[in-house]
Amino acid sequence: MNRMKLRDIANARAGDKGNRLNLAVVCRDPAHYAALARGLTAERVATIFASRSPAKVVRYDLPKLGAFNFVLDDVLEGGVNTSLGLDGHGKSLSFLLLDAEIEI
Amino acid sequence: MASRVTIGGAAGFAGDRTDASGPLVEALAKADGPRFLMFETLAERTLALSQLERRRDPGRGYNPALDRFVAPVLASCLAHGIRIVGNFGAANPRGAALRIQAIAREQGLRPPRIAVVEGDDLTGVLSAAELAAREVGGAFLRGAPDIVAANVYLGARPIAEALDRGADIVVTGRVVDSALALGPLVHAFNWRWDDWDRIAAGTLAGHLLECGAQVTGGYFADPGVKDVPGLAEVGYPLAEIDADGAIVIGKPARTGGRIDRQTVIEQVLYEIHDPAAYLVPDVVLDLTEVTVTGIGPDRVRIVGARGQPAPETLKATVCVDAGVLGEAEISYAGANAAGRARLAAEVIRDRLARRAPDLQFRIDAIGAVSILGNDGGALSRPWPEVDDVRLRFAVRGGRPEDVRLLLDEVEALYCAGPGGGAGVRRHVTPRLASASCLIERKFALPRITMIEGPA
Repeated sequence: MNRMKLRDIANARAGDKGNRLNLAVVCRDPAHYAALARGLTAERVATIFASRSPAKVVRYDLPKLGAFNFVLDDVLEGGVNTSLGLDGHGKSLSFLLLDAEIEI
Repeated sequence: MASRVTIGGAAGFAGDRTDASGPLVEALAKADGPRFLMFETLAERTLALSQLERRRDPGRGYNPALDRFVAPVLASCLAHGIRIVGNFGAANPRGAALRIQAIAREQGLRPPRIAVVEGDDLTGVLSAAELAAREVGGAFLRGAPDIVAANVYLGARPIAEALDRGADIVVTGRVVDSALALGPLVHAFNWRWDDWDRIAAGTLAGHLLECGAQVTGGYFADPGVKDVPGLAEVGYPLAEIDADGAIVIGKPARTGGRIDRQTVIEQVLYEIHDPAAYLVPDVVLDLTEVTVTGIGPDRVRIVGARGQPAPETLKATVCVDAGVLGEAEISYAGANAAGRARLAAEVIRDRLARRAPDLQFRIDAIGAVSILGNDGGALSRPWPEVDDVRLRFAVRGGRPEDVRLLLDEVEALYCAGPGGGAGVRRHVTPRLASASCLIERKFALPRITMIEGPA
């Protein structure tokens, strides 16, 4: 078991629709897919974003792309139209996820 | 029948680079087969802002950057038979078409055949109460707020039909972004609308093109980990689509950027929720069997999109007036900058607690604690000992005067706050909130008008 940052083995991209955030996580080496499938669960991502109190986190698996799509509900402080924060789109939040430590 | 279509993705939002199209048009001019240049410039709020502009001046309300997007490439596109498809019509597609005719006249070009696609505007089609009854995922519209714009997402059919009728340029308002590519593909390949896998492939092509450089190395670079060569002159995407729906993404020669499995897969999943069911007016797109393969330098092949029959209802976005956002900023730098900034935040909190206890606002310490770990703007996370902090205060209100107290208090920190407070800036920005509705197709009837010859 190796501890490392998600950023060491995967890429991520954030997208938004209203108050919902999606984070695509893509393995740089498809060989890491199975390990990430075990280590980067929806529950783990919910913990990483705990301070934003997600109403729900769902993970969709895309083995042919070596990727996962996480959908987090109600984490954008209202979303781009209503948030008072600097990043209502949540564009920077992929890099919060990438900084997480994982075990593979 | 065409065997291959080439589409350039020249813009991904209203504020995108207006010089991105030059290298695309140069490459398209040399390509064989039907060629199209696509401009996606209509985010959710952009249309509502355009609607406000149209209320002020009925001749306006199209994308204000229309001239800067179209004028540089119009002559070359007309000369080489590159057809332009864009949603830069925003709240006034007809106005945009007339403006393009005027640009052609100013440049001494032949009058282009321009198709105007309308029918997305639900104003006068559904009342506020009827929209409220169709709202999903919230109850924004229940209280009958002032509706600024209500537009339904049209699909690719009117675009394909406009091209069938010989349009050099198709100008739309609200259509689903992917339709800007699917319309040309259905026109060129004569795909059947119920050939769901091909409609899905064309939708995926549009999805990959609709954000411009986001598939060619934009929104990607992380120096040392994910490097992108020549990002400053990143090339925008060129998609080659075959009649069977296979897609190759490339970019013009002598441009920067990066196209490989990594950049493309990130964009395949951009703004996707359930990858087995991405709903657009034309199809339900299933991405789960999609494969992405590098086939050469900066060339990637994408196949495997599958489609299910199109949804029965269409999504509409309804924008309502949401008052104003007030923001004020002040800097603290040098010795004990963080300490002085913290004190300034306390001073503002203390004063407002007595003078406006109901005012809801947030504080960010840009450079120390702002986007991450500052949930609700409470500055509750410990600050790193940085020597350069920009404090930001943000507040919402119904009218500009509702946010003025906070902005005035921040400005007063100059003389009455901690030492060395510097560089106050203040802004008040109108805000729009949006709601989503599901609309029966009978209320979304596209209209096509051909505008030919001098306006």
